[in-house]
Amino acid sequence: MVEVRKKTLNFSCLLCNFVSFIQMVIRCETLTSVVVEGLALLDLGVSPYSGAIFHETPLIIYLFHFLIEYAELVFMITDVLTAIALYLAIQDFNKVVFKKQKLLIELDKYAPDVAELIRTPMEMHYIPLKVALFYLLNPYTVMSCVAKSTCTINNTVIAFFILATIKGSAFLSAVFLALATYQSLYPLTLFAPALLYLLQRQFIPVKLKSKSFWLYTMQYAALYLCSLVVIICLSFFLLNSWDFIPSVYGFILSVPDLTPNIGLFWYFFAEMFEHFSLFFVCVFQINVFFYTIPLAVKLKEHPVFFMFIQIAIISIFKSYPTVGDIALYMAFLPVWSHLYRFLRNIFILSCVLIVCSLLFPVLWHLWIYAGSANSNFYYAITLTFNIGQILLISDYFYAFLRREYYLTHGLYLTRQDGTEAMLVLK
Amino acid sequence: MGLLSDPYRRRALSRLVLRLNTPLCLLSYAAGLGWFLALAFPPVAPRTYMSENAMGSTMVEEQFAYGERALSYAREFAGHKKKAGGLPVAWLEKTMWNLGLEVYKQPFSRTLPFPDETRERYMVKGTNVYGILRAPRAASTESLVLSVPCSEGQHNNQAVGLMLALASYFRGQIYWAKDIIFLVNEHDLLGMEAWLEAYHDVNITEMQSSGMLGRAGAIQAAVSLELSSDVVTSFDVAVEGLNGQLPNLDLVNLFHAFCQKNGLLCTIQGKLQRSDWDTLPAYAHSLQTLLLMVLKQGSGRPQGDHGLFLRYHIEAITVRGINSFRQYKYDMSTVGKTLEGMFRKLNNLLERLHQSYFFYLLPSLSRFVSIGVYMPAFGFLILILVLKALDLWMKLSKCDASPVERLWDGDQAAAHGAAEESRPGLLTLVPPLLICHATGLTLYFLPVLGQHVATQHFPVSESEAVVLTVIAIYVAGLALPHNTHRVLTGSGSDRGWMTLKLLALLYLAMQLGCVALVNFSLGFLLAATMVPVAAAVQPTGPKYLYAVLLVLVTPAVTLLLGIFLYQELIEYPVSVLECWQLFLQAVAEGLLDHYLYGSIVFPFVAIFVYPCWLLLWNVLFWK
Repeated sequence: MVEVRKKTLNFSCLLCNFVSFIQMVIRCETLTSVVVEGLALLDLGVSPYSGAIFHETPLIIYLFHFLIEYAELVFMITDVLTAIALYLAIQDFNKVVFKKQKLLIELDKYAPDVAELIRTPMEMHYIPLKVALFYLLNPYTVMSCVAKSTCTINNTVIAFFILATIKGSAFLSAVFLALATYQSLYPLTLFAPALLYLLQRQFIPVKLKSKSFWLYTMQYAALYLCSLVVIICLSFFLLNSWDFIPSVYGFILSVPDLTPNIGLFWYFFAEMFEHFSLFFVCVFQINVFFYTIPLAVKLKEHPVFFMFIQIAIISIFKSYPTVGDIALYMAFLPVWSHLYRFLRNIFILSCVLIVCSLLFPVLWHLWIYAGSANSNFYYAITLTFNIGQILLISDYFYAFLRREYYLTHGLYLTRQDGTEAMLVLK
Repeated sequence: MGLLSDPYRRRALSRLVLRLNTPLCLLSYAAGLGWFLALAFPPVAPRTYMSENAMGSTMVEEQFAYGERALSYAREFAGHKKKAGGLPVAWLEKTMWNLGLEVYKQPFSRTLPFPDETRERYMVKGTNVYGILRAPRAASTESLVLSVPCSEGQHNNQAVGLMLALASYFRGQIYWAKDIIFLVNEHDLLGMEAWLEAYHDVNITEMQSSGMLGRAGAIQAAVSLELSSDVVTSFDVAVEGLNGQLPNLDLVNLFHAFCQKNGLLCTIQGKLQRSDWDTLPAYAHSLQTLLLMVLKQGSGRPQGDHGLFLRYHIEAITVRGINSFRQYKYDMSTVGKTLEGMFRKLNNLLERLHQSYFFYLLPSLSRFVSIGVYMPAFGFLILILVLKALDLWMKLSKCDASPVERLWDGDQAAAHGAAEESRPGLLTLVPPLLICHATGLTLYFLPVLGQHVATQHFPVSESEAVVLTVIAIYVAGLALPHNTHRVLTGSGSDRGWMTLKLLALLYLAMQLGCVALVNFSLGFLLAATMVPVAAAVQPTGPKYLYAVLLVLVTPAVTLLLGIFLYQELIEYPVSVLECWQLFLQAVAEGLLDHYLYGSIVFPFVAIFVYPCWLLLWNVLFWK
């Protein structure tokens, strides 16, 4: 697989102009050239955060202190590690799903006519492999690897967090979650699905009155917070200053860098009057965290699906999204391949996403190199791309809910007067 | 989202798309073409206006009166040119130096990938000479360019003369806030490319040139002048640049404004504007102008030396003096005054030209169609592909669902087997896709790489070899891949070709959409020809009719027809044989444009459009 990646990498290197586009687009927060700048400052004995462009965490800078010579290799290895972690995680998850399905069939929880909705081991066999390949061969992953975006490393941490959670190790899960949070703050919201999954694994019912539920929650939260504190203190001792807190997390939260990327923030805040920007930053940032609670209520029985939705939401609404983030949640799509028959707009949405991905470099070229188009053209595509992603996610969400409904109520619904009924989302 | 999530409305919508597909497609095509034809109708196209404040009304008073001096310079230049048998570098340097300019020369050389037979050049060596007039009122941070190509024979001597006269006049004025570069470039576009690359210190083509010694800040605008007679009757302006890029409309407006002020006749695409607009001939006239612009822009060739400036973010136009058999002639002083006025206005610029449009079509010099108005014409054409793709998708998902439902009562495994059998899978599509793209890549790489082999084995020259190889591969592609899918057995079903067609349609839509943003005309010409046949083609029905139609809309035939149409429009009709000669020439020049200046038309057609067309050809011969 590494060879394949190397080849794709070499091929991509031919498209230098395109790579420069990628690098420009995912510049903020996530490029090794920025890390190089930080390293140079560090070597000179200056705080790396004293400049305006370095916004990586101290651990990253120390990691690259040793590995900067092998940067390409590091990124390829992290990608492969991510794929392996996802493979193992999904393999385990599929076993759990199958076991649960068997149990529910034995308990007669399913309606009698849903035989065609039942998943078979045969069709589930290749899903882990598909997930790994989907991640490795996804053009977005290749792009972010070519651009040497540190987002790749964040993806690896999140993948390991998922693996640890699905394997049921509360301690490792908390540690990796803390690492992911430390890296980019937003994975904080993954706390809820991880907790739900671990509770489910321990057969602890999610009830607000039950004592064991609270006990376990406290335990997990304590583990998480402790590891977070340890990591942050470690960073402090590495640099001997707290500079990194405002420079990393303040940078993520207050969105001072408005370099164009594929997200929603830059254009709005470039256009906005300065004194409104605080309010709108809050409104925009709330999006990431806001959906966690209703989703947790609705999907408390299906924490892994919840996790998928939450990762997707993060990658859409985060302040400096990159194509690597998209690659991570897209890797999960094969896991939900059984929802295919319930998806309504998958054809249109995939066309929209592909077209937008192609138009990004074209409009970027017209805006930056040719100078004939302007930022509005590019932003229009960004907007369409994000709307496409949101619709895709809601389509999956709705399909998931529909399938669950059909499983319990039977596939062929009848109204009270005997005619065929239909589920309508209103 | 109500429309997409409410199942009843969805069902109604999908039924509409399925049942009324063909009428909707026809309607859409008619709407697209109709919209395009309507663009030439004056009420649709608003009048041009100057957006840039700094160039507002024509408030400068031109005083250039060195018309006679320009002519004497021109004669002297002609004499020295004849003597030197090329650009008289030493004389030019001396003259410019005497005028008080900072003079530099820039030798360059370039070996073409294959000999250019129309211009008879292969290993090109030349020298650009340029003089910088330093602005007395500002530091050298910004500059303007007046460039004159030095071509062979008696051409363009007057342009050089006028440039020198303008330089001597400009030198005496105190109001310049931008440096002015007077450039004489040899070997037209090649020299221009060499000069621009050296000026910006980049090397994007394989041009060899010495470094540049003198610079004059960021170039804000450039005018390229071509003038071959002592008097002119009218001025023609060329706007289309490399890859169909256009200069800011304000620059064209500026030229138009000064022509009007000085009473000069000015034309675009060689067509004079008519005073009436509400008659049929007037409409036909502006449609001709529009079509000429579309054809020229679609070719992706620079229509003058200005075309290469645009890539560097520099607004530029080419101005050509025409001497035809009209009664009113204008002397050099009037021409000089017009240029003086333009340069003084450009001198007033506070920032780069950016206020006005960059994407436009010009049905006449005083009317323009902006991107928002012309894009729907293209959108309607693409809509056909989308509608057809939706139709195919719904048919495909229907055949997907029906066998499973029918067989569900029986054994589960049997049902699965049946479903698997009826579904050839995406694997069958891989060989056609791969082979089509391999043919495309061969078409792109082989002609230039294999020219020496071809000249050894066949009695042809290099450039003939290249062109003939292109045509040979192109035609061979038709024979090769149409039975590639038979490599895998069991694919002989409707599903196979439907999936392939769906893929080809979406692929075509994406390509055309992307290219139309960069070069609208190219996208529109390809869409107008390819889309209807692409939507109609299928292995059942009148196969030979489809085959003929499909061959008729292949990009090569489109090029041939485009040349024919172009010759008709410039009122210089050609016979079929001449048209074929022009076609061969156009192919060679398309390749040269790509290798010399980086035009995208040839690689785009070879690597993307042609394979996509081959996919459709595959659909037609699917068995």
